[in-house]
Amino acid sequence: MSVLVYIEHAEGSVKKTSLEAVSYAKAMSEKLSSGDVIAVALGLISSEELAKAGTAGASKVIHVIDSKLNDGIIQAHAEAVAQVYKKINATTLVLAKSSLGDAVASRLAIKLGSGLISNVVELPDTTSGYKVKRSIYTGKAFAVTQVNTDHKILAVKKNAVDLRTDGPLAMVEEVNLDISAENFATSITSTDKATGEILLPEADIVVSGGRGMKGPENWGMIEALAKELGAATGCSKPVSDIGWRPHHEHVGQTGVKVAPTLYIAVGISGAIQHLAGVNSSKCIVVINKDPEAPFFKAADYGIVGDAFDILPKLTEAVKAQK
Amino acid sequence: MKILVCITHVPDTTSKIQFTDSNTKFDKNGVQFIIGPYDDYALARAVEIKEQLGASLTVLNVGEAETEPTLRKALAIGADDAIRVNSFPKDSFFVAKQIAAIAKQNGYDLILMGRESIDFNGGMVHGMVGELLGMPSISPVMKLEIEGDKVKMAREIEGGKEYVDAKLPLIAGCQEPIAEWKIPNMRGIMSARSKPLVVVEPTADAVVTDVTSFILPPAKGTVKLVDKDNVGELVRLLKNEAKVL
Ligand SMILES: Cc1cc2nc3c(=O)[nH]c(=O)nc-3n(C[C@H](O)[C@H](O)[C@H](O)COP(=O)(O)OP(=O)(O)OC[C@H]3O[C@@H](n4cnc5c(N)ncnc54)[C@H](O)[C@@H]3O)c2cc1C
Ligand SMILES: Cc1cc2nc3c(=O)[nH]c(=O)nc-3n(C[C@H](O)[C@H](O)[C@H](O)COP(=O)(O)OP(=O)(O)OC[C@H]3O[C@@H](n4cnc5c(N)ncnc54)[C@H](O)[C@@H]3O)c2cc1C
Repeated sequence: MSVLVYIEHAEGSVKKTSLEAVSYAKAMSEKLSSGDVIAVALGLISSEELAKAGTAGASKVIHVIDSKLNDGIIQAHAEAVAQVYKKINATTLVLAKSSLGDAVASRLAIKLGSGLISNVVELPDTTSGYKVKRSIYTGKAFAVTQVNTDHKILAVKKNAVDLRTDGPLAMVEEVNLDISAENFATSITSTDKATGEILLPEADIVVSGGRGMKGPENWGMIEALAKELGAATGCSKPVSDIGWRPHHEHVGQTGVKVAPTLYIAVGISGAIQHLAGVNSSKCIVVINKDPEAPFFKAADYGIVGDAFDILPKLTEAVKAQK
Repeated sequence: MKILVCITHVPDTTSKIQFTDSNTKFDKNGVQFIIGPYDDYALARAVEIKEQLGASLTVLNVGEAETEPTLRKALAIGADDAIRVNSFPKDSFFVAKQIAAIAKQNGYDLILMGRESIDFNGGMVHGMVGELLGMPSISPVMKLEIEGDKVKMAREIEGGKEYVDAKLPLIAGCQEPIAEWKIPNMRGIMSARSKPLVVVEPTADAVVTDVTSFILPPAKGTVKLVDKDNVGELVRLLKNEAKVL
């Protein structure tokens, strides 16, 4: 019996959200006696880096080294993970919710005949049946959901458990699999991605700007604060609609759902659709010149005032406390 | 070309979410239902493709009779006909099985869905249907162009996008900016009334998950305001009180 964790990597490192998924699997295994936590990684990445999955709780990492898996081809990744899952007789698959993770998990649910729960926010409760708490209505509620299948897939939301960092390095086993050609019916021709930046969906701190920032030329102030905090930058929907900022920074109901420890909203009114994307944040700070802005009702801390005046001061204050 | 668009019937994005019957049922009181915003993008793109390349466009919902006005709205926006699988959508797996059964019967070249429903946020029905039909499923798709039997797409990934090439038949989970939402015009609304809406019974299938109860998040306390001339105080609070720095 074991738990398999599908881990993703980017720019040569295992993603932090995947290490959180490993931490989740480890905590779950301790709670439910689910056996060894084994991770699976696909495509090009160094063994030294993969061994770090051990710090989060994996006892072993199975590395499928096929170079055709370097790209995130959805069907091929699902097939590879299914083969590993069966090989190690796993009973549960855990993964971090992500663009690729969601797409792969849903195909795996059919391949493995397992119930799939997405947006998992807590460890399963097995006092009566197998129940998992998940976030629904875009963070506005939770549903306790019973999974009736023997095999289970849990797609874990960011911050569901604390990241573990104290485990020993994991053993890495390289394997080759036979993945048939029909799984490569789609191909990725190129990628257009910010490099070296902190990525919004995975960030611990986010600084977001809204229409109150007046124009793209003023984003330097948002970026300066973000840089000082080690934060990712986000924006409201109109801001990306007008093209002040790229679409992948758009936060909310129809954009990226973030779950940072700190979300700072500057010149954003706090429309319900924007709040839907940020309500899983641990702490929310709002800077707005209008004391009646609805965002203050969802905030932990706030400053009423002009963003152009406050932002430079705040950046300085952050610098000063270091 | 035959296009299928799968649509959800979901509470409007401004709805207050509440539950009844000791937190076991969604409270529909005062809630307005809409086409899921992501499904609306899928539908808008399907209408564009139909206008550009010529295609038949069917919309499908798995739901009870109450979802028919939502299907009619999709007809008004430009779908040719609608199918309703007459059942409460019990879980994602159940819904995927129904969609796959209809697709197997009718043989669509392109199946467009939303990236996720805005009620249960699963983001999984497209992949499940893809696996059930042995078809590629790509999501979340922000651009989709058809050139012959080739499909060129942009898929959103963390921090950017990747460009994906595929061939029909194909399933895509859509999001903005794949197309602009379309608002039905008077002619569309009139013609929607007489377009076919077929009701079919579900294929019997086991459900793999059950929601046993709903929980609302704890109410947020009141905001702590910091004076605009004392910005340093905010940093101190974030560090020492909230412990997030
Ligand atoms: C179906 C649907 C889905 C949607 N999805 C999303 C979504 O995913 N994400 C999203 O963000 N929106 C979404 N929206 C749009 C949403 O309803 C709001 O229109 C939008 O969030 C408003 O953006 P904003 O706060 O930047 O702009 P505004 O509402 O115009 O607010 C600007 C704010 O800036 C403040 N301000 C102005 N000048 C200053 C200054 N100098 N200093 C400080 N503050 C200042 C103002 O007081 C105001 O509160 C959606 C809408 C619909 C209908
Ligand atoms: C009042 C009410 C109560 C509900 N209660 C439950 C419940 O208790 N448990 C539960 O799991 N589900 C419930 N649903 C159903 C839910 O709305 C979804 O249809 C279904 O669960 C799939 O959800 P998902 O989030 O995984 O879909 P996703 O995978 O996020 O959806 C992706 C896409 O699949 C398509 N799709 C999804 N659902 C349907 C559908 N029904 N018909 C046609 N296309 C669809 C859409 O294109 C959608 O954008 C309820 C629905 C209603 C209206």
